[in-house]
Amino acid sequence: MKRIGVFVCSCGSNIEGAVDVCKVVEAMSKEPYVVYAANCKYMCSSSGQELIGKAAAEYELTGIAVCSCSPRMHEATFRKAAASAGLNPYKVEIANIREQCSWVHKDTAEATGKAITLAKAAVSKLCRDEELYPQSFPVTKRALVIGGGIAGIQTAEDISNAGYKVDIVEKKPSIGGKMAMLDKTFPTLDCSACILTPKTVDISHNENVRIFSYSEVESVSGYVGNFTVKIRRKARYVKEDLCTGCGLCAEKCPTKNVPNEFDLGLGSRSAIYIPFAQAVPKVAVIDPDSCRMLKDGKCGLCSRVCGAKAIDYSQKDEITEEKYGAIAVATGIDPIDVTPFDEYSYKNSKDVITALELERILNAAGPTNGRLVRLSDGIRPKTVVFISCVGSRCTEEDERGKTYCSKICCMYTAKQAILIKEKYPDTDIYVFYIDVRAPGKNFDEFYRRAAEKYGVKYIKGMVGKVCDENGVLTVKAADLINNEQMMIGADLVVLAAAVEPDKTAKALASKLNASIDGNGFFNEAHPKLRPVESPTAGVYLSGACSGPKDIPETVAQASAAAAKIIGLLSKNTLESDPCTAHADELKCSGCSLCANVCPYNAITYIEKEFRMPDKTVKIRRVASVNAAVCRGCGACTVACNNGAMDLHGFSREQILAEVDSICS
Amino acid sequence: MKNIVSREEIIEMSGTDPAKCMKCGKCSASCPAYDEMEYPPHRFVYMIDQGNIGPLLECVGIYRCLSCYACVDRCPRGVEPAKLIEAVRVIAERKKEGNRIKAGELFEKADADMPSQAFSAAFRKYTK
Ligand SMILES: Cc1cc2nc3c(=O)[nH]c(=O)nc-3n(C[C@H](O)[C@H](O)[C@H](O)COP(=O)(O)OP(=O)(O)OC[C@H]3O[C@@H](n4cnc5c(N)ncnc54)[C@H](O)[C@@H]3O)c2cc1C
Ligand code: SF4
Ligand code: SF4
Ligand code: SF4
Ligand code: SF4
Repeated sequence: MKRIGVFVCSCGSNIEGAVDVCKVVEAMSKEPYVVYAANCKYMCSSSGQELIGKAAAEYELTGIAVCSCSPRMHEATFRKAAASAGLNPYKVEIANIREQCSWVHKDTAEATGKAITLAKAAVSKLCRDEELYPQSFPVTKRALVIGGGIAGIQTAEDISNAGYKVDIVEKKPSIGGKMAMLDKTFPTLDCSACILTPKTVDISHNENVRIFSYSEVESVSGYVGNFTVKIRRKARYVKEDLCTGCGLCAEKCPTKNVPNEFDLGLGSRSAIYIPFAQAVPKVAVIDPDSCRMLKDGKCGLCSRVCGAKAIDYSQKDEITEEKYGAIAVATGIDPIDVTPFDEYSYKNSKDVITALELERILNAAGPTNGRLVRLSDGIRPKTVVFISCVGSRCTEEDERGKTYCSKICCMYTAKQAILIKEKYPDTDIYVFYIDVRAPGKNFDEFYRRAAEKYGVKYIKGMVGKVCDENGVLTVKAADLINNEQMMIGADLVVLAAAVEPDKTAKALASKLNASIDGNGFFNEAHPKLRPVESPTAGVYLSGACSGPKDIPETVAQASAAAAKIIGLLSKNTLESDPCTAHADELKCSGCSLCANVCPYNAITYIEKEFRMPDKTVKIRRVASVNAAVCRGCGACTVACNNGAMDLHGFSREQILAEVDSICS
Repeated sequence: MKNIVSREEIIEMSGTDPAKCMKCGKCSASCPAYDEMEYPPHRFVYMIDQGNIGPLLECVGIYRCLSCYACVDRCPRGVEPAKLIEAVRVIAERKKEGNRIKAGELFEKADADMPSQAFSAAFRKYTK
């Protein structure tokens, strides 16, 4: 016999403000099978949960309907309350009379009527609820970190310190990310390499950590706790285990003038190269597009000079398959392409550069050995103009730019201005800004120091045009406070280019079944409360891949992601949500429609013996759902022509009963 | 000015929304006629947004704008200041003459006193 209890929440005044809760209680107490109905000010409070327990015992309830907020808020709370009252937690239904009712209706009669309808629908469904039991499955105690910038390094370091194994997959030949390219870092001006290198060296010696550099994620299957990942290890043409990083090969290589990616093409490298002095792993790599041996089979010099016999021209990409319990995405950011901004003459003038290019120029290990010079003529610039917000804060229709504030450029602009002033105090520096955004510990003080102590001229207004006439740059700008248009003759112009997610983010997100926003940044499971989790169970977000961040924020997030992953890996088993799909084998014709629509690859087919009415045995191909992989999205249930697929907890019968109840 | 012109009227005529302006001044930084304008483009946009249109109708700047569209081209927020200027200019012109011309009559009407900006603006309007 079904005995149902209905609990109507007032949610303070959130629900009560628009819905007459007493009327809802009264209406529901007259419904078939309902043996108890009551109102409570806050159902989610401990007294609300006690009410469930008491009523369940006293009225011997077999099911519980809570009329409250969205199940996203408190379904888990009420399931727990039901379980402690001795009920199966899946015999709980929620009628959302807040978001779907009191918050969207002003008229009390209308809102109350709808609340009663929703409550009746919930009871109809509840009457058809089955008892469900979660399955438990084991957790692979190893994590994968995709991206080896400061975010990925920090996440891997923290996870390994908790005693778990971690692999880092980095697409470039070395880990380090943008931070390895920077000169000094705001707001303390410590040298980027000096604080990064100890970390990269440590991680390369950490027994729990494997670094797959020059590698990319090929495919991902499985589910939280049990991911299987194929990793493409791109051919380096150098045996990683043999190379000592001596660099003799690069020295002897006859192909010299290849643009150096690490210096953003401002310097050059040889066809075989070690990306930078502190590279980890410090292993050479051959660029097949410029190597003479790989292109025409003529040369082979590096192989002859390599004492370690590490060169292998026949190396091919390799695919390795690994298992992981959790995955952290740490794919970071890159500056946008500024060539479409014709007005700034970046394309035509060597002396209009991006801020990241300036980082390389200021860096002692960079293309000019840290000397600030113009790339056109090697002369030190006397007047430097910084333009902020290049491609940031644009309108949605703007194809060249982004709608968001890139967050880091105001600060690195102040930093770069200070660094130049420290080295060359006689330089005239102008910073054109719309607003200076410097919220952060010691950030505003830092920017003010640039203006007050170093005499950097901050001018409120934008630059309209930069002209390069025979190597002389003219900057035309507006000074909005002085109400005048200015023309400045500049020797160097630096563009604070907006940052965007790594170009691979979209493809990676689809492999991971994780979602990205309109700008390509990874979406958080909740922007406020779950900032380091993706909506996909077992996939976490570390660093700037979810939005522009400076190093302190990146590191904080990276550690937070690690904490979540450690929490997951510390469990021996995980429980799966039992609301999954299942096929009625007698109805299934094995047509594959369901497997084709399943976004999680949860459906496979098995050959099964069936005893026919005439006593013969027939082998038929039927669908079989892996309950651990199935997320209960229900796509297969609508795809199946035979009505063979159904969802536990959301069966066709239950949904129809709800619809019937609403329509009657 | 007898009839007060509203902000909304200008928005409707120009098809552009001054509220989108983030006050960066890139329009004014780009404007070749800056020095001849009482209210350079960023300020023009701001005054319209504030509904302070009276002074704009009387300013000489509406005839100094070259309709070069540099401001429109470079505005990061898609505000299109020149279109706002054009709208104010059209209203000012209409108020003066009290009647409108057809595209076909344009050429015969043209004389030395007709501001060339009004001519090109009218053309843009009538040839759409
Ligand atoms: C010009 C400039 C100056 C800056 N100055 C400062 C400063 O002074 N102080 C400060 O705090 N911050 C500064 N920053 C910000 C700083 O660079 C970032 O906060 C930091 O780099 C973010 O770290 P991350 O690891 O999230 O991303 P990244 O540093 O971008 O690292 C991401 C890594 O992931 C790899 N990757 C990407 N996609 C894949 C893939 N699909 N598979 C495998 N690997 C992948 C990349 O190759 C890269 O190594 C500056 C940024 C710029 C542009
Ligand atoms: S951080 Fe500063 S320079 Fe960068 S987009 Fe934001 S406001 Fe502009
Ligand atoms: S769609 Fe239906 S019939 Fe086809 S394989 Fe899937 S469950 Fe079987
Ligand atoms: S269109 Fe007019 S306001 Fe705009 S930049 Fe050209 S002259 Fe200046
Ligand atoms: S360029 Fe656009 S956003 Fe900037 S001040 Fe002018 S109208 Fe406003």
